[in-house]
Amino acid sequence: MALKIVKGSIDRMFDKNLQDLVRGIRNHKEDEAKYISTCIDEIKQELKQDNIAVKANAVCKLTYLQMLGYDVSWAAFNIVEVMSSSKFTYKRIGYLAASQCFHEGTDVIMLTTNQIRKDLSSPNQYDTGVALTGLSCFVTPDLARDLANDIMTLMSHTKPYIRKKAVLIMYKVFLKYPESLRPAFPRLKEKLEDPDPGVQSAAVNVICELARRNPKNYLSLAPLFFKLMTSSTNNWVLIKIIKLFGALTPLEPRLGKKLIEPLTNLIHSTSAMSLLYECVNTVIAVLISLSSGMPNHSASIQLCVQKLRILIEDSDQNLKYLGLLAMSKILKTHPKSVQSHKDLILQCLDDKDESIRLRALDLLYGMVSKKNLMEIVKKLMLHVDKAEGTTYRDELLTKIIDICSQSNYQYITNFEWYISILVELTRLEGTRHGHLIASQMLDVAIRVKAIRGFAVAQMATLLDNAHLLTGNTQRNGICEVLYAAAWICGEFSEHLEDPMQTLEAMLRPKVATLPGHIQAVYVQNAAKLFATVLQKHEGETDSQAAQETSQLLIDRLPLFVQSANLEVQERASCILQLVKYIQKLQQKNVEVAEEVTALFAGELNPVAPKAQKKVPIPEGLDLDAWINEPPSESESEDEKPKVVFAKEEPKHYRSRHTEVDEKELARRREVRKQEQANNPFYIKASPSSQKVYDAPGVEHIPVVQIDLSVPLKVPGMPMSDQYLKLEEERRQKEKAERKKKEKKKKREKRGKGRKADSGPESEEDITPAHQVDIVTEEMPENALPSDDDDKDPNDPHKALDIDLDKPLADSEKLPVRTHRPEVLKSPAEDRDSKSVPQETKKKSSKEKKEKKKDKEKDRKQIKPTVHWFPVQKSSKHKKKKQKKEKEEKEKKKKKRHHHHHHHGDAGGEDSVQNGTVEEEEPLPPMSNYSLLAENSYIKMVYDIQGNHQDESKVVVSVIFENKSDSFLKSMEFNVLDSLNSKLQRPEGAGPHDGLTVPFQLPPGVSNEARFVFSVQSIVMPQKLKGTLTFIVKSDESSTHEKLDFKLHFTCTSYLITTPCYSDAYAKLLESGDLKGSSLRLEGINMPFHHLLARICFHHHFSVVERIDSCASMYSRSIQGHHVCLLVKTSDQTVSIDAKCDEPSLLGNVLDEIKQTFSKC
Amino acid sequence: MIKAILIFNNHGKPRLSKFYEHYTEDTEQQIIRETFHLVSKRDENICNFLEGGLLIGGSENKLIYRHYATLYFVFCVDSSESELGILDLIQVFVETLDKCFENVCELDLIFHMDKVHNILAEMVMGGMVLETNMSEIITQAEAHNKMEKSETFIFQCPRQDR
Repeated sequence: MALKIVKGSIDRMFDKNLQDLVRGIRNHKEDEAKYISTCIDEIKQELKQDNIAVKANAVCKLTYLQMLGYDVSWAAFNIVEVMSSSKFTYKRIGYLAASQCFHEGTDVIMLTTNQIRKDLSSPNQYDTGVALTGLSCFVTPDLARDLANDIMTLMSHTKPYIRKKAVLIMYKVFLKYPESLRPAFPRLKEKLEDPDPGVQSAAVNVICELARRNPKNYLSLAPLFFKLMTSSTNNWVLIKIIKLFGALTPLEPRLGKKLIEPLTNLIHSTSAMSLLYECVNTVIAVLISLSSGMPNHSASIQLCVQKLRILIEDSDQNLKYLGLLAMSKILKTHPKSVQSHKDLILQCLDDKDESIRLRALDLLYGMVSKKNLMEIVKKLMLHVDKAEGTTYRDELLTKIIDICSQSNYQYITNFEWYISILVELTRLEGTRHGHLIASQMLDVAIRVKAIRGFAVAQMATLLDNAHLLTGNTQRNGICEVLYAAAWICGEFSEHLEDPMQTLEAMLRPKVATLPGHIQAVYVQNAAKLFATVLQKHEGETDSQAAQETSQLLIDRLPLFVQSANLEVQERASCILQLVKYIQKLQQKNVEVAEEVTALFAGELNPVAPKAQKKVPIPEGLDLDAWINEPPSESESEDEKPKVVFAKEEPKHYRSRHTEVDEKELARRREVRKQEQANNPFYIKASPSSQKVYDAPGVEHIPVVQIDLSVPLKVPGMPMSDQYLKLEEERRQKEKAERKKKEKKKKREKRGKGRKADSGPESEEDITPAHQVDIVTEEMPENALPSDDDDKDPNDPHKALDIDLDKPLADSEKLPVRTHRPEVLKSPAEDRDSKSVPQETKKKSSKEKKEKKKDKEKDRKQIKPTVHWFPVQKSSKHKKKKQKKEKEEKEKKKKKRHHHHHHHGDAGGEDSVQNGTVEEEEPLPPMSNYSLLAENSYIKMVYDIQGNHQDESKVVVSVIFENKSDSFLKSMEFNVLDSLNSKLQRPEGAGPHDGLTVPFQLPPGVSNEARFVFSVQSIVMPQKLKGTLTFIVKSDESSTHEKLDFKLHFTCTSYLITTPCYSDAYAKLLESGDLKGSSLRLEGINMPFHHLLARICFHHHFSVVERIDSCASMYSRSIQGHHVCLLVKTSDQTVSIDAKCDEPSLLGNVLDEIKQTFSKC
Repeated sequence: MIKAILIFNNHGKPRLSKFYEHYTEDTEQQIIRETFHLVSKRDENICNFLEGGLLIGGSENKLIYRHYATLYFVFCVDSSESELGILDLIQVFVETLDKCFENVCELDLIFHMDKVHNILAEMVMGGMVLETNMSEIITQAEAHNKMEKSETFIFQCPRQDR
C-alpha cells in the first residue's frame, strides 16, 4: 500500500503539468502538431492510472488543448471521474473541463446527474458553486428536469454566494425545461427583493432575459421594477431594468407615461454614460409607443436629441457610435428633430471609423427631402470616389439607391438626374451590385413614362461602350446593367435616334462572352430593334437598307445559335428562322414591317411582386375540393400527390398496362438517335461541331474597338453634377416667377396646388422638373393587405411564453426525487411511481394545454386588464365563467378583426393541434416500462428511448429492484452484442466485458441505470440476450448470482416524439415519397382520446391535428424516417392508415401498435 | 446574454476562449480566427463595437472589445447587454486579473489559463453577468485559492512523511 503511494508520487514527479505543456508547445514552434500528439499520447497513459491527481492533471492539460482546437471528447468519461473527486481542486478541474467540452450530445452527461446532485447539496459552498458554474454551461433537458427542484432549493440557501448562482442558473433550466418556470417563478420574484445586492441583480438579470422574449407575461411585475428603479443605486441593475422597461412600454402605453419623469430625472442627474445612454434609449422607446396618442412630448425629444448630440460630438468614438445608433431610432418617429442636425451627421461621413460612417449612412436615409436629396447624393458620390475598400463602397452604392428609391421615388424631382447617377454608378469597378443598378434602371424606365426617351439614349450609349463594363466578366457584377440597357433599348426602341447603330452594338461578337441570361436578353431585344429598323426603312421606302439589316442579323445570329446556354440558343435559332423568312419576303418586295412590329406590340406593365398572393379567395371557392373525382388506387403514388391517405372503401379500378417490351424500347431508342443526328441544334459529343464558331461574315464587319484600360469619361455620358446646377437655377427662376405672380395676385389664395405628401421642409416650393407620372405597380382589384410576420417556430423562448400570474396547480410541482423503496412494494402502485419521467410528460401535455388557453386568454385580455396594478387572482370557478364570456367576446372580435388573426387558432374550435390531446376524461395511468427479468432477488424493468442527437444511439433505462432481504452489490450488466446492435462500453473495454452498475442496492431499494446502445439498422425489431451478475450479501454469507434476460428492441423504441405543424405535415404527405400501409383494429371500446394518448405514449407519436373522430399523428425515427398516421374510429372499429418512407419500419410499428391494443 | 468571451494576442493566438453556446472545436477555431481578423484590422482610437462576424450570430450580435498592450479581450453579446456596460465589465475583468496576478501580463494568461477561467467564472456564469464588484470577485477567488492550498497541504503530507 505504502509502496503504491510512493510509486504514484514518483510517477507524478515525472508527469508534465499544464505549465510544462505550455512551455513545451512554445519550444516546439516548428513541429507543434507533432509535439502535441505525443503529449496527447502521454495524457492517454496518465488517464489510465488510478491516481486521481494524475488524472486531474491530465484533464487540466486537455482543457488547454481543447482551446487550441483539439477535440477532447474522447476523454469525457475521465472528465466525469475527475468531477466526482472529493477534493475541491480536482473537482474544479473536472467541472471546468466539462463546461468547455460537454454539450447536449455528450452521452456521459447522463451519468453525472447523481454526482451533480451530490455536489449541489454539499456542505461546502464552493463545491456547490463550482457545480452550479459548470452546470450552467452544459445543462441538458434531462439534467434540467432532474435537478430543477434541487436548484430551486438552493435559491433560498443561507449563503448569498450560492443564492445568486442558483438564481442565475434558473434561466438555463427554464430554457431546457419550460415546465419549471411556473413553479419556480414565485421564488424568483421573491429574490428581486433579496437583501444581498448580488442576488438581487441576478434575479433582475434572469427576469429581464425572460421578459425580453415574452414581455406581455411580465407586465404585472412593472410596479415592482418601478420601485427598484427609483431605489436602486447599482448601475448594472438600473441598466437592466431600464432596458426591460423599453421592452414593456410598447405593450402598455400607460407605463410609458409614468416612466418619462423618473427617466428624465436620471438623464439629468447621472454621470454614468452607460446609464444615460440606456435612459435615452428607453425614453425614445416610450415616445415611440406614445407617438400616436400624445404628440406633446417635444420637451423630452429635445432633451434626448440634445444629449445624443453631446454624445456624437464627444471625442470618444464609442459614444459617437452609440449616439448615432440612438439617433436613428428617433428618426423613425420624429424626423424633424433629427434633421436639424444634418451638419453633424454629414460630418460623421468623413470619420475614419467605418462603423461610424455606416451608422451615419443609415441616418441619412431618413433625412432626405426633396430639397436636399441632390445635395446629399452628391456628397455620397464624392465618398464613393474616395472609398477604397469595396465593402464600404458597395454599402454606399446600395445606400444611394435606397435613399433615392425610397417610398416610391418620393423625393426625386428630376429623373434625368437620377438616371445619370445610375449611369455614373456603373463605372464602379468590381462592385457586386450590378443587378441592383440594373433593376433600378428598369424600374424607372418602365414606371416613369416621361423619362423613357432620355433613358433610352443613355442606355444606347452604355451598350455602345459595353466593352468598358465587361473588362473582366468573370468577377465583374457590373455587366448586369447591360441586361437592363439591352431590354430598355429594345422595348422602347421607338425613342432611339439611331436604332441601326444600337442594333449593331448588340450583335457584336464580344457579346458572346457575356453571361447567358444577358445574351438571351440581347438576342430577344435585337429582334425588337430589328422590327423598329424595318419600319423606319420601309417608312422611307428604303428597301435596300431594310434588306441589309436582315442580312446583318442573318450574319450575326448564328454565333448565338451555337451558344452553350439553352435559352440563348433557343431564342437565337427561333429569331434566325424568322429573319430568314422575312428576307425571303423582302426579296419578293413584300412589305413586312407592320407584321414584324405586331410581334412586339403592346405595353408591358409593372406588376407588384406580391400581387398574386394578395388576391383573396372568392367566396364559395374551395381550393382543396376535388375538381374531378380522385383517381383510383391503382395508379402510382407520383401521379396523385394529392391523395394523402388511401381511401377507405375499396374501389373498382382498371389496371393499366404500361409495360413495354424490350424490342419496342430498342426501336424507340434508334428513332431518337436518328432524330438527334438530323437535328442541327443538338450538340453532339464530337468536338468538331463546336468549332464552327467563326462563322463567315462576322469577320468582315469592321468593328472599331476602343480599347481603354482605364474607364474614361465617355463623351455623351451625362454628368449628374450638371443637374445640380441646373436644378438650382431652375428653382431660383421658379421662385422669382412665383414672387412676381404673387405680387400680381396678392389677394388670391396661395397654395392651390399643394401636394399632400410634401416632405418635412417647405417642399411645396419645389415642383418637379418635368411632369412625372410614376406608374404604380398593378395590384389585383380586391387585394388584401397582409402582414407576414410569423415568429420563428424554432425559437427556444417560445416555450417560455407562459402565464405567470395564474395560481399554481398541484400538477405543476417540480418532480421531486423520492425514495422509491416504500412505493415500489406493491406491483400495482409501482407503475405510477417508477415512471417519474413519464408523469412529467403527462403533466407537460396538460400544462401545454393550459398554456394554450392562457395564450388565448392573454390575447383577449390585453385591452381590459389594467396591468399597472397587480392582477387580482380569481377563484377557479369564477374563471370558468369569465372564460366563457371571453370566448364569446373573442368570437365577436374574431369576426371583426378577421385578418389580424392569421396565426391564431385557425383550425376552428374543435380541432386540436400540435401534440396536445384534449382532456375529456382522466386517462388511466400508463407506463412504458416492461419487465425484463425477475428472480427471487431482483426484478428488472426497462424502457428504451431514442436519442435526439445521435441517429445511431438508443438509451435503455433499467430499474433494478432488490426484492430480497440481502444487500445486492457488484452488479454487472452484460449483453451479447449482435452485428446490428452493440452495448456502448467505455474506451478500452473489450467487446465482451460487462458494465458495472454504478450503485448497490440495500434490501427493498430500487434504482435506475441507463445504458447506451448503438444500432445500425432500425427497420427491424431485435432481441439481445444478456446477463446480470451480482453478489448477494447477507449477514453470514455472500453468494454470486446471475439472471439472464432478453432485451427487446421494438421498432417503436427507435421513434422519437417530434411535434409537427399541420402545414409541414401536409407538405410531407404531398411530397409523395412515403409508402402507405394500413391497419384495422376491431372491438376497441375506449374513448378516442384515450386511444390517441396511448399511441402517443407507447409509440412516441404526437397529434398533429384532430377533428372529431379522426386524427393525424406524426413521429420521427432516430434516423430521420417520417412516420405519419391517420387514425379514424367508428363504433369500436379503429382504422389506421399509415405512411412512412421505410415500409418495413412502418410494418413493424403497425404490428406493435396492434399488439398494444390487443393487450387491453 | 454574452455568447462568448475570447482573449487572444496580437497575432491571433488564443489565450482563453469561453463559449456559452456549443460549437465544435473546428467552428470555435474559425470563430476565433474570424473575430481576430475583424478586430485586428481596426485602428486604435476607433469605436470598440462592431457587428458580429458571420459565424457567431450575425447582425443580431455585437462584438465589444478592448485592446490592452499585446492582448485583445473580446466579448460577443446580444442586444440585451448594454454596450458601455460590457466595456466597463472588461475593464473590471482586467483589473481583477491585475490584482490576482500582481501586474498581469500575457505570460500569466499563457501559463495559468485555468486560473483565468476560475476568475472569469466568478464574473460571468452561463453567459449572464454574475458579479461586477471587483472586491467581491477577488474575495471569492482568494477563498478558492485558500481551499486549494489547504488541500494540497493535506495531500502532500504522505510525501513529507516518506
